[in-house]
Amino acid sequence: MSGHLVVNSLSGDVIITGLFVFALAGFLGFEVIRRVPKLLHTPLMALTNALSAISLVASLFILGQNETTYSTVLGFIAVVASTINVVGGFLITDKMLRMFRRSDKPKPAATEGA
Amino acid sequence: MRDNIIQLIYLVAAVGFGLSLRWMSSAATARRGILAGEIGFVLAIGATLALPGYTNEGYVYIAIALVIGTALGIPLGLRVPMTAMPQRIALSHAFGALAVGAVGIGKFFLYHEVYGKFELAVLGVEILLGGLVFTGSLMAAGKLHEVLPQRPLMFKGQNYANFAILGLCIAIVAYLMFRPQDTWLVLVLAALALAVGVLLIIPIGGADMPTVIALLNSYAGLSASALGLVLNNKLLIVAGALDGTAGLILAIIMCRAMNRSFRNVMFGAFGAVDETAAGGGDASGLGPVRTASPDEAAEIMKMGRSVVIVPGYGMAVAQAQHKVRELADALEAEGVDVKFAIHPVAGRMPGHMNVLLAEANVPYEKLLDMDEINSEFPQVDTVLVLGANDVVNPSARHEKSSPIYGMPILNVDQAQSIFVVKRSMRAGFAGVENELFYNPKTQMVFGDAKSVVGELANEVSGQRDAISL
Repeated sequence: MSGHLVVNSLSGDVIITGLFVFALAGFLGFEVIRRVPKLLHTPLMALTNALSAISLVASLFILGQNETTYSTVLGFIAVVASTINVVGGFLITDKMLRMFRRSDKPKPAATEGA
Repeated sequence: MRDNIIQLIYLVAAVGFGLSLRWMSSAATARRGILAGEIGFVLAIGATLALPGYTNEGYVYIAIALVIGTALGIPLGLRVPMTAMPQRIALSHAFGALAVGAVGIGKFFLYHEVYGKFELAVLGVEILLGGLVFTGSLMAAGKLHEVLPQRPLMFKGQNYANFAILGLCIAIVAYLMFRPQDTWLVLVLAALALAVGVLLIIPIGGADMPTVIALLNSYAGLSASALGLVLNNKLLIVAGALDGTAGLILAIIMCRAMNRSFRNVMFGAFGAVDETAAGGGDASGLGPVRTASPDEAAEIMKMGRSVVIVPGYGMAVAQAQHKVRELADALEAEGVDVKFAIHPVAGRMPGHMNVLLAEANVPYEKLLDMDEINSEFPQVDTVLVLGANDVVNPSARHEKSSPIYGMPILNVDQAQSIFVVKRSMRAGFAGVENELFYNPKTQMVFGDAKSVVGELANEVSGQRDAISL
């Protein structure tokens, strides 16, 4: 079933484009992340962790191809590990950010029952 | 055609990731950032599942793996207490590295005959980084969770051994570029990488963990980017590069805040020296130490106009953050202005103190960074140092022989009066005597941080009730 997927060695063009993307994304990251206040450095780590679990796209593919036992087992481990990071990473970042409050924000009304 | 649409969706996802980090620049917009990231994720996963080439069993395996991952991810996202956040973050680096490492090895076995030298080299580096970050992060998590000893473990020739193994790894990567058919060598490479991860973290002590966690974060991002390069998946390149730079920036901030270099952190085994150096021999010339009881301290804090609280790892260990909030509330009810001074390396990970205090409902505008608050100390009436030590040691300014010389510190010694809550006179992580404790303006309040702060809060608020009656 897997025969119709042809993998070729990357052309020089593709490699250069990839390196360009890497370099520019690095610059972008530097400029954007520099502005994150120290206050939010822990949620920042949790969030970038969740984002880099986008390696899930590669894991899904290698698992779904189901080509050899080797690749399927490794793909399975990879999908489980990155799913943990995606789900856990976003949830924990949100949980942390919900705790950061300003003082002038009125406290939720205690008059509503319970 | 289908391929182009998928690439476009990946592009949208990459923009979502960029916005996600952009919105992290302020606590007010940060949660919007999570949403942007999540939308990007869902789009990218949907597009990936629409790719051709999956088998029917493959879909079943994917479904099972997603369910298992989600089932494990939910408790790791919702059930982990804030005090365990450093080890939780370290653990997520391990999972991330495991995923890219596993995919890297799988791709090598599948396509080593097809790949050109560039892909083979990048894949080799990716497997090396993935393996190293996997065990390194597990070690770091183990140390932070105190299932492994926090003390740095040193043996003779440690650094030479590490470099030799790293060198061997690089040689294997180079060899595989030319003879990829010797696939067994990839397994040797992975095994050596796992060993390097363990060896690199063994000599690292607790106070260096913020830097090391940030560096591991950076390596995890780089390995994801490397995988993206090999697979020509630009979304993965972008996400990895963003993760990599985030880790790098944090590591640089941590190093600057300790006035140390990466080399020194990774190979210097800071804190291993204190067994011999911390005899306390130079303490005699520093004068007597004054002590105070919690009610004396409460009285003085209440009298002043302003109190600055300096939290450190000791607050996290004692889980005193909620009591600290109570104290701050009680003082504010007395009309005292309360702020928190946060040193960048306070705790065990970047931003550790901020998260703990936010958990205790301290509003974030009261959490001030070292640069924001240092100029204010001369106007501050009372400082309460809570489980922090080296980050408030004035000898960092002038004691050239001190291991912490040159490290930027919080200028608490400029305040009018200083209270230090501490269990005993034991030296801090760096093993240096703290001049601040011998300052005539300083009084020590000995005891467990949580119970002392609780008593302070009771004293401050209790006396108010007495007066108002």
